Formats: sequence, C-alpha cells, structure tokens
Amino acid sequence: MSAQKSILYPLVAVLVLILIPVIGVKLGLSYFFAVVVPYAAFVIFFGGILCKIVNWARSPVPFRITTTCGQGKSFDWVKHNKFDNPFTNKQVFVRMVLEVLCFRSLFRNLKMELRDGPKLTYGSAKWLWLGALAFHWSFLIILLRHMRFFAQPVPGFVDMLQSVDGFFELGVPQLFLTDAVIVAALTYLFLRRVVVPQLRYISLPSDYFPLFLLFGLILSGIGMRYFFKVDIIKVKELAMSLVILKPTVPEGIGALFYVHLFMLCVLFAYFPFSKLTHMAGVFLSPTRNLANNSRYKRHVNPWDYPVKVHTYEEYEEEFREKMKEVGLPVEKE
Amino acid sequence: MKIYDGRKIIPGILIAAVIFSFPFWLNFGKAAVPPKPKLPKEVKNCVEPTTFMRTSHMQLLNEWRDIVVRENFRLFAAPDGKEHLMSLQNGCLKCHESKADFCDQCHNYLDVKPYCWDCHLAPKENK
Repeated sequence: MSAQKSILYPLVAVLVLILIPVIGVKLGLSYFFAVVVPYAAFVIFFGGILCKIVNWARSPVPFRITTTCGQGKSFDWVKHNKFDNPFTNKQVFVRMVLEVLCFRSLFRNLKMELRDGPKLTYGSAKWLWLGALAFHWSFLIILLRHMRFFAQPVPGFVDMLQSVDGFFELGVPQLFLTDAVIVAALTYLFLRRVVVPQLRYISLPSDYFPLFLLFGLILSGIGMRYFFKVDIIKVKELAMSLVILKPTVPEGIGALFYVHLFMLCVLFAYFPFSKLTHMAGVFLSPTRNLANNSRYKRHVNPWDYPVKVHTYEEYEEEFREKMKEVGLPVEKE
Repeated sequence: MKIYDGRKIIPGILIAAVIFSFPFWLNFGKAAVPPKPKLPKEVKNCVEPTTFMRTSHMQLLNEWRDIVVRENFRLFAAPDGKEHLMSLQNGCLKCHESKADFCDQCHNYLDVKPYCWDCHLAPKENK
C-alpha cells in the first residue's frame, strides 16, 4: 500500500469514528454510547488480552533465545554484563523492569549511514526512545489522573499526581504538563513516520490508525478540559454509576465527552488485536525474559518424544553372519 | 491444553486484572453520592446562566481577577443587563455564603484544588 493511502485510510476511519457518537447522541442513543459501548469495550479488552496471553503461553519456548547485548557470564575474570546478558532469574527480573519502565532496547537504537568513502557508520539515535518514553509515561499519568472520576473519595495518589502535573499553575484550569508532553510526543511519533523515507516505506495503516485514534482521544480530552467545557459533575456521576454496575446516564453531558469516551472504547476494543498488545507482550517476549544460561543448564525440548533407534551394535547382532560371509569387518566375533 | 510457565504467567494475569479492575472493586457495593451544593434562597440568577457557571466559572473568575488586579475595574455587566461587583469575597460570597456547603461540594467530589484561598480569606464557617 502506498504511503499516502496508508495515512489516508486510517485518518478517514478515525474521522468516521468521531462522527459516530456525535450523530448517535443526536439521535438519542446516549445510553448505548455511555453504557453499552464502554462495557463491551472493557469485556473485549480483557477477553482479547487474555486470549492473546493464553495463546502465547501455550507456545513452548524450549531454548534460550535471549538477545545478548553484553558480555555473557564466563570466567570469573571476564566482567559479566548482568543486565544486558542475564544469567540468573533475578538478573532477568532487573532486565525486564528496566525494559518495561525505561525502554532500554529503544535506548540502544542506532542510525546507520553510508559516509563518503564509502564507509558504513553507526551513530546513536535517541529520539525514538525519548519520544516513546515521553508518550508512554504521560499516558500512564493521564490514565491514573482519570481515577478521580472513578473513586469517591478520590485516592491520595491522584491528588499528588495532579499537583505535580499542574506544578506551574498555568491558566485555569491548570495546564497539566503531561497534556502538553503527550501531544508533542505523539506529534513526533507521527512525524517520524511521515518524514523519514525508510519509515514511511514500512509504515502501514495499522501503524497510523492507533496514532490517529490517540490523537482523537487526547485532543478531545484536552478540548473538554480547557476549551469546550462539559459538565464534569455529570461525567463523574456516569463514571461512578458504571463502576458500581448500576448505570444511569445523566442528561446533557455534551457531545465532546461522548467522542472522548468512544475513542477510548475503540482503543480498548482494538487493543488486543493490534500492535498495541505489546503492553502484555513485552512481558512474554522470549528474547528478553529468558536467562542466557544454555551452557550451564540443559533445556529439554518439550515436544521431544523417545525416538526408536537402531544402534550399530544391534545391526551387527542382526547381520553378523551375513557380514562375515561377504567378508565385511565386524567388531565382535 | 498445556500452559508453559503457568506459575509465572497466571499470577501475572491476576495481578494485572486486579490493577485494571481497580475502580470496580474500590467502589464495590458503594452508592455514589452526587454533590449537593447549597444554592442561595433569595437570589435565583447568578451572573451568567447556570449551565455556563457550572462548566466555566473558573475561567470567569480568572478573567475577573486579571481585570480587577491589572486594570482596577470592578463592574461586571451580566448578560441579563444587571451589574455585579467583580469580587470573590464581596461578590460571589454574598450569595454563596458558605465555602464548605457550596464550593467544596463539587471541588471535593472531583478532587479539584483551586488556589483561590491561597490569597483570599476563606469565610469563617459556623461549626
């Protein structure tokens, strides 16, 4: 698929997805969009992720296929790089924590260039790492901040996050830094696919669709907070009624809220079937979560079955007389 | 069906499920109590329509503060033609007497901590 189509199709899809709740609420389907869709999305999200994980867990990983990014354990006088080439499960744990929280594999990202000569050169390329880190952490903080709509009284950590996030007290309502950071990071993550020719070539609609979906989600949220107000008392009433499983839909929340909610639901429902499952998959990637101890421990292939073999001794036993007759050498007389 | 590494994966799934369903079990069996801000009895209309005040009072107050502090101008012409004093203590609080019964109702409900009272004196509540 050409680059233009790869961008255009998901963009149109997201625009249509934005229009659906707008029209739906106008037609009086607010119960459907406020109750049925969120519950369905939640179930699809959990069920889908669970199926994925079970599917992964059913695949045997008989051998150690760790990516070794440093000196493996060897003689005592060779310095072992514990977290880039883990040997024990404890070291694997540290490696996984660093991977999940700090994205170390992206930190190792390199840029390859042919310089005059021609000489192949490698340089460090940290922008992807920085953009990914900024995006993921902002998203997590924003998600946690939203817990103020889902709990009463609001838990203390939300309060803390809000005051740190709104530290600069810019404007009213206070500008949350994560709101600004996530838009910047997402813009970068989008632009790098468009601007870098190699990335544009390999980018598919399934790469752009989540980006546009997230843009829709985030911009509708920012819009609600700072510009086109909705009645958030009613929003919390709805959210609380959903989590205590007695859904009631207050009247007149505002269409933008339904857009925001619908974007979220689509994201949740889309999650297990897309590249976004890396959220669960990162924990099960065999190139990260295995200790590199093949030389110290025997790993038996689980689908090995006892193979019926016919050894030379048995062979000779069977054909000794015939072998002697034709003059073949035998080991035992 | 054989699950490999179930001893690690199943607890992992359970932990993730507990974390992700956090809003459900935190509120389990509780009824959500919506806030009840106490409205003034004598006056029925605020400076702007109720729907606007509900969603945008903070921005209005922010504008008021800037106008009052920077331009020393204190009169606000409401859409209904009346004039109001742009003042928190001598304007808003004239009708909405109690911070605890009015402001804090929704602010606590949604965990909003406006910094009005960093400078302004909060009204003394009768306890």
